[in-house]
Amino acid sequence: MYVCPYARGLPTRVNTCNAATLSYRGGLVDLVYTGLIKAIRLIVARDPEILEITFLTLRVSGLATLISLAIGIPLGLYLAVAQFRFRKVVVGAVNTGMGLPPTVAGLWVSILLWRNGPLGSLGLMYTPTAMVIAQAVIASPIVTGFTMASVQQLNPKLRLQIMALGASPVQFWWLIIKECRFGLLAAVMAGLGSVISEVGASMAVGGNVRHYTRVLTTAIVMEISKGNFDVAIALSFILMALSYGITFILTVVQQSRRRL
Amino acid sequence: MTRKLRESMAPVALLVLTAVIFLAGCTTKKDVILATTTSTQDSGLLDVLIPLFEKKTGYRVKTVAVGTGQALAMGERGEADVLLVHAPEAELKVVKSGAAVNRQLVMHNDFIICGPEKDPAGIRGISSAPLAFEKIAKAGALFISRGDDSGTHKKELEIWKEAGITPGGPWYQESGTGMGQTLNIASEKGGYVLTDRATYLALKKNLNLVILVQSDRTGKHSPDKSLLNIYHVMQVNPEKFPKVNTKGAKAFVDFMVSPETQKIIGEFGVDKFGEPLFVPDAGKPEF
Repeated sequence: MYVCPYARGLPTRVNTCNAATLSYRGGLVDLVYTGLIKAIRLIVARDPEILEITFLTLRVSGLATLISLAIGIPLGLYLAVAQFRFRKVVVGAVNTGMGLPPTVAGLWVSILLWRNGPLGSLGLMYTPTAMVIAQAVIASPIVTGFTMASVQQLNPKLRLQIMALGASPVQFWWLIIKECRFGLLAAVMAGLGSVISEVGASMAVGGNVRHYTRVLTTAIVMEISKGNFDVAIALSFILMALSYGITFILTVVQQSRRRL
Repeated sequence: MTRKLRESMAPVALLVLTAVIFLAGCTTKKDVILATTTSTQDSGLLDVLIPLFEKKTGYRVKTVAVGTGQALAMGERGEADVLLVHAPEAELKVVKSGAAVNRQLVMHNDFIICGPEKDPAGIRGISSAPLAFEKIAKAGALFISRGDDSGTHKKELEIWKEAGITPGGPWYQESGTGMGQTLNIASEKGGYVLTDRATYLALKKNLNLVILVQSDRTGKHSPDKSLLNIYHVMQVNPEKFPKVNTKGAKAFVDFMVSPETQKIIGEFGVDKFGEPLFVPDAGKPEF
């Protein structure tokens, strides 16, 4: 029997391993290397299934992020300037929501979307749409929180000044948005980053159905449980590259007209 | 100011709603939701069978691979159309409750007890599963349980019951995950584990586990019936759950027991593992 040479003399690792443990009889370095080569090969060969999974990942997470921006930015702006009695309660709820576990979001959305649930007649369970909804639920508080924080960082006198200069509400908000665009782009990145990397909600409401709701993260989980660690590593490289690519573009936009 | 804001948010909300409804338009009666156990997916069998079924019938199968317990629960709530599972006793309960109909025997393979090469509890070659479990418990050797109400977990609990032992204590750990992941954990921790043969063979290349207890592979029926792993397919009862895709579910049951599919099941795995992973059983009497 072949024993992994890298694992020898490392009994502590064996004791502290958790559910995400990889056990692989080949060398670990070999495994990562094989995974990287496989990733490059899959991309170069334009493997249709990989492309499909990658595009679905982009579509679902992109759409979910757009929806969360549509909800989160106005809400964040509002919460940053509004004054009402239970403001702190609402803000606290938003801040808690920023850490909403994807599995929990997935569970709640599932209960709503089950065939025999309140929205069952829409037939949305195990569809990409269900994944978009669940991911939007995850990202919205994050976008809201980031937006709120970035507006509140502005000098409070700025608001008075803009209003004193007789700005219309549209002009007012536009100026505020322009002033805190660093923070808003950070909100976009945090929102997208949270949904493109989540697996719990996508698994629960999407079901990892092949050719239909399989995204990169759910595919990785499945390949690990199938024992195809090289494929899982290849997919993880693709996911990381994708994530980095998008974030890089947003970062370029964010830093392009940096005045400080 | 707040009213203006509220007004300006209305179109946004409307936009979101339209987007959702627009996207919702893509489900039809062409979809069949198959709730099944992880072993059929992890072994790769479904990757062979599902495309064939889709090509033949034009249905699209949405395979949701979960533990048998969850798959049966989905059937009981009418959230799936057809079930492919492996826990005969629990299945009969679901059929009795009226949630499932048209239950048919599909195939079987067997459960095996795997463990580290050095076998600290000394169970190698024991022919009875309850006896092996007893030895593991007495030795206090690490045992990794699925702990997820899956078919394999149900089987494991049956064997403990037969052995007259209530497992517990530091040597008995529940992983709460699928078969593949549980095998990985057992392999890393050097523990014993009950697994179906198909998943073990599919993952063997990554595991530091060997087969220690198995039923007699030469005979047609194993001497120890407790190690049989029997799969049935069944439809979720449309009379109880009107939203079920009856035709699609029936087509899937018929497909699974058809001679052609049975032949594919009997040959599946031979090229990769040198032995078939499942024995086709359609039409044979119940075990």
